[in-house]
Amino acid sequence: MTPFDYARAGDTAAAVRMGSVAGARYLGGGTNLVDLMRENIEQPASLVDVTGLGSAIEERADGTVWIGAAARNTAIAGHAAIRRRYPALSRAILAGASGQIRNMATLGGNLLQRTRCTYFYDDAARCNKREPGSGCDAIDGFNRIHAILGASVACVATHPSDMCVALAALDAVVHLEGSAGARTLPFDALHRLPGGRPDRDTELQPGELVTGIELPSLAFAARSTYRKVRDRSSYAFALVSVAAALDVGGDGTVRDVRIALGGVAHKPWRAHIAEQSLRGQPATEASFRAAAAAELADAAPLTHNAFKPELARRTIVAVLSGLTETPMKEMAP
Amino acid sequence: MSILDTAKQAAAGVLSKLRPETPPDPLIARQATPGKHGSLGTSVPRIDGPRKVRGKARFAAEVPAEHLTYGALVFSSIPRGRIASLDTAAAEAAPGVVLVMTHRNAPRMKPPAGFMSDPRAAGSSTLPVMQDASIHWNGEPVAIVLADSQEQADHAATLVAVTYEAAPARLNFAQQISQSHQPESVLGEPPMIETGDAEAALAGAPIKVDITYETPRHSHAAIEPHAATVWWDGEDLVIHDTTQMLHQTRWTLAGVFGIPENRIRILSPFVGGGFGGKGLWNHQILAVAAAKLAGRPVRLALSREAVFRIAGGRTLTRQRVALGAKADGTLAALIHTGTVAMTEHNNCPEQFTFPARHLYSAETFLLEQRVTDMDMLANTFMRAPGESVGTFALETAMDELAERLAVDPIELRRRLEPQQDPTSGLAFSSRHMLKTFTDGAARFGWDRRNPVPGSRREGEWLIGLGVATATYPYYRMPGGAARITLTRDGEARVAMASHEMGMGTATVQAQASADRLGLPVERVTFEYGDTALPHGTVAGGSSQTATIAAAVTAASGKLIADLLQRAGNDSPLAGLSAAEVEARDGGLGHREKPELFESYASILSRAGLEELVAEADAPPPGEAKQFSMHSYGAQFCEVRVNAVTGETRVSRFLGSFDCGRILNPRMATSQFRGGIIMGLGLALMEETQFDERSGRVMNPSLAEYHVPVHADVPEIDVIWTDIADPRAPLGAHGIGEIGITGVGAAVANAVYNATGKRVRSLPITLDKLL
Ligand SMILES: Cc1cc2nc3c(=O)[nH]c(=O)nc-3n(C[C@H](O)[C@H](O)[C@H](O)COP(=O)(O)OP(=O)(O)OC[C@H]3O[C@@H](n4cnc5c(N)ncnc54)[C@H](O)[C@@H]3O)c2cc1C
Repeated sequence: MTPFDYARAGDTAAAVRMGSVAGARYLGGGTNLVDLMRENIEQPASLVDVTGLGSAIEERADGTVWIGAAARNTAIAGHAAIRRRYPALSRAILAGASGQIRNMATLGGNLLQRTRCTYFYDDAARCNKREPGSGCDAIDGFNRIHAILGASVACVATHPSDMCVALAALDAVVHLEGSAGARTLPFDALHRLPGGRPDRDTELQPGELVTGIELPSLAFAARSTYRKVRDRSSYAFALVSVAAALDVGGDGTVRDVRIALGGVAHKPWRAHIAEQSLRGQPATEASFRAAAAAELADAAPLTHNAFKPELARRTIVAVLSGLTETPMKEMAP
Repeated sequence: MSILDTAKQAAAGVLSKLRPETPPDPLIARQATPGKHGSLGTSVPRIDGPRKVRGKARFAAEVPAEHLTYGALVFSSIPRGRIASLDTAAAEAAPGVVLVMTHRNAPRMKPPAGFMSDPRAAGSSTLPVMQDASIHWNGEPVAIVLADSQEQADHAATLVAVTYEAAPARLNFAQQISQSHQPESVLGEPPMIETGDAEAALAGAPIKVDITYETPRHSHAAIEPHAATVWWDGEDLVIHDTTQMLHQTRWTLAGVFGIPENRIRILSPFVGGGFGGKGLWNHQILAVAAAKLAGRPVRLALSREAVFRIAGGRTLTRQRVALGAKADGTLAALIHTGTVAMTEHNNCPEQFTFPARHLYSAETFLLEQRVTDMDMLANTFMRAPGESVGTFALETAMDELAERLAVDPIELRRRLEPQQDPTSGLAFSSRHMLKTFTDGAARFGWDRRNPVPGSRREGEWLIGLGVATATYPYYRMPGGAARITLTRDGEARVAMASHEMGMGTATVQAQASADRLGLPVERVTFEYGDTALPHGTVAGGSSQTATIAAAVTAASGKLIADLLQRAGNDSPLAGLSAAEVEARDGGLGHREKPELFESYASILSRAGLEELVAEADAPPPGEAKQFSMHSYGAQFCEVRVNAVTGETRVSRFLGSFDCGRILNPRMATSQFRGGIIMGLGLALMEETQFDERSGRVMNPSLAEYHVPVHADVPEIDVIWTDIADPRAPLGAHGIGEIGITGVGAAVANAVYNATGKRVRSLPITLDKLL
């Protein structure tokens, strides 16, 4: 680990001021950043601890829910309103990492955590994300956990977060504060596809701080869930995961639906194609299957992840079928 | 069977009859009466437990030293070639750095003597350590940085700049298989056993299976990473190590550094898990060399990554099992052959054909082990090396054969039960394998298994049952000595430089020594983990219990003879011979006449002694040459396989074992369960990702190298026969390794029963079941 300065930010303005200095990085729970510093993958000159900033979780009068960026994962997952109104989010968080890590990890850090590609983690390997232009050893290497959608010749890494998959499905809005002022981004616009610049995970400007997210008042999100498929029962990243919310009308047709996939792309993958193809269709397994197939039509698997398109299709169908059948009282985790 | 083989077997049989048999250990007949006398067979809690849970047990990386320096390693990033340039200036200038040692300034050292090259040798590899610019595996240490703190050392290590000239390397196992050869021996056994013409018998058999199985590399992941805290005191060298081979490490290091053995002391009172991995690797040698260079104590505690890069694990295997059966299910041919990856500078050929040498009868055998040399970190022993992965192949093939024959897999084992050891011809000393199946089947509810695959489903979950044989040899290591110190206040200290890696060795040996000396277990201390004590042997091959017990028996014999001599004419024991007395109730007494008794305290005080010391060597382990001595078991598994995702979850498990007498049920249960849990990892998730382009391990972290988490482990039921083996000290077999054997196959067979899919390459990940 390279020596660094450390300061704790007292308020957002101070954080942004300190965080806009070259070489500065924000520090949440440190469960990802400190690991990367230990591996010598990240070498910030200074850390700005933002865990003392807003961590409130509030239901607002307009029906939205606000979550401060410093809120711990455990607090979000356990919050009564989240459990009742957005079960997919609560379940997604609980499916991630371990109890200890979730107690430390913050909302902001979870959003900005970096890929688990093992070539990114090893500075003896070539990695365009770590060292632009050096090449990618993952494309022909161990790529079981890698992307099947939206990848580029420069990078096949995936975004590892579970929470973010639910946030993508729920149309969350990300609130940012930078030296140029405050702005918001729709969740789907926060993370990027790699293209030729895999070193850039997100659309954040240098020094920009996540201050919180806003969950829209999406009534049918009360019927939502998250399913994670992985190599062991716990403490493993998703091979494929699905967050979905489903609104079925009295006539049995899909009124509205939200679907996002994890473990398949450089960003939490909002399944717009599947959603579109489902709206107005009967909520049957056949429709779900057709929608899943349409979403995965362009999947481009690598040597070790050829199973992912089929796994993703099956999991989407199983999740949507489950949402049509599960009694409301069993929805909350 | 050829005439020659028949003659050999007959000769072996005669030999075993000719040699005089040692009478069974008298302790076998003595049953403990809890609360009254005797403690073997009772669940004495772990003696080291309270210290460990209070954090009071001091491990090698925690030993304090004055002016301590902390080491960090720099690893090569190519698999083979030379260091072209090495710039240490920035690292040397970094804060807190004491020195940087590379091949340029390292003291001259001899290469370590390789394990198995001499009974006293411990070297996991015979490569010289940091003596020149050549590179032999990706991850080989090229520099060690010493600094005043660990953080400073870690940082400075990142500043060492190295460039390489790469040479072509042998990294692709599939390609290297064509270059394979037989090793000289497999742990002293022949690499090949051939009786009759097995290929011809296979070709002519009416029912057969002939299948290739694969198992991947595994890395050691003990909770305590390897570590050493070392210092020189003039010419004397002190090493606080975490090791399962104390005296072997000492002898080997004496050779490396060219100093007399008695100038080195190694202490290792606590080992946070060994499993075969805590041997002599580069780090101890580098720490000692760097301490010499710095003139200060050195602590080199490996990071988790370093364990993956410089401490070897289980090698990968490709195995063929071909079984040619007659209509009645008996075997005309049993073929088990295959190849593993190894290096030219180590000797660990992963004895995967050992189970097939002793388990089943067959008219012909072809058992062959081959190795292919690769440019990689030396592989090593890892819990039941050979048997763990060998039983995966053999026992899955047995299941495949049972299905072809349409007989129950347990019934098939009944039909294959041999009368004598099928390849050595030796009589079995104690074999109750079928009982483990019968007992296990009843308790597990095997009769509820539907032999038709895919016939049980609950919601998304397909449910299946599987069974497999577990087996592991009985070993007692040659060598080893114990010392007993009996004090006038009726206490005994029993000492042998053996190893407590969490198995319960210290506890069980205190129990055994207490019963042997007729003392309550609280009055006996077992001392271990220090080369200053009488010689111990390697804690490997599940051998320590027998090895220590044999030495303690010898020492106690000597002690009793000495006590009788010193008792004198005024003692009630006067004139009695050692054969007439036994140790009981804190003293010696006539075996049949209870009134002829004198306490140790009384004997010693009359003789004017504060204490009496006896030390003796264990007799050579002849028993396993005269008899076929093995442990057996039956592993029963229930899995649930998700029909949507292919995820496999083990929902029930039962291990039924025949390991001689069980000395401490609590400790034994923990050993068996631990082995089974490790077996679940082997079956479902463990795999070291060795990148065949670079020879680099790509998942050197417990986040990416998967071992079972709590949620992967169901309730594991464990039962045993508890039938003493009359030829083993205490009637007991070692139990540390058998638990992992057979688990891979039991899981794979259960997965087949659930889904109709045979997975023949481990681990059984969901993609193989979609
Ligand atoms: C062994 C292990 C297993 C894991 N398993 C899972 C899993 O299964 N699923 C899963 O989803 N996650 C998993 N994780 C990842 C874990 O969820 C993340 O490490 C955690 O969410 C990061 O949060 P943090 O607050 O600790 O972030 P930090 O490590 O503090 O920061 C991460 C990044 O976010 C930036 N950052 C932090 N706060 C802000 C802010 N307010 N604004 C802008 N940037 C900010 C930091 O600069 C840094 O780049 C695992 C982690 C580990 C170590």
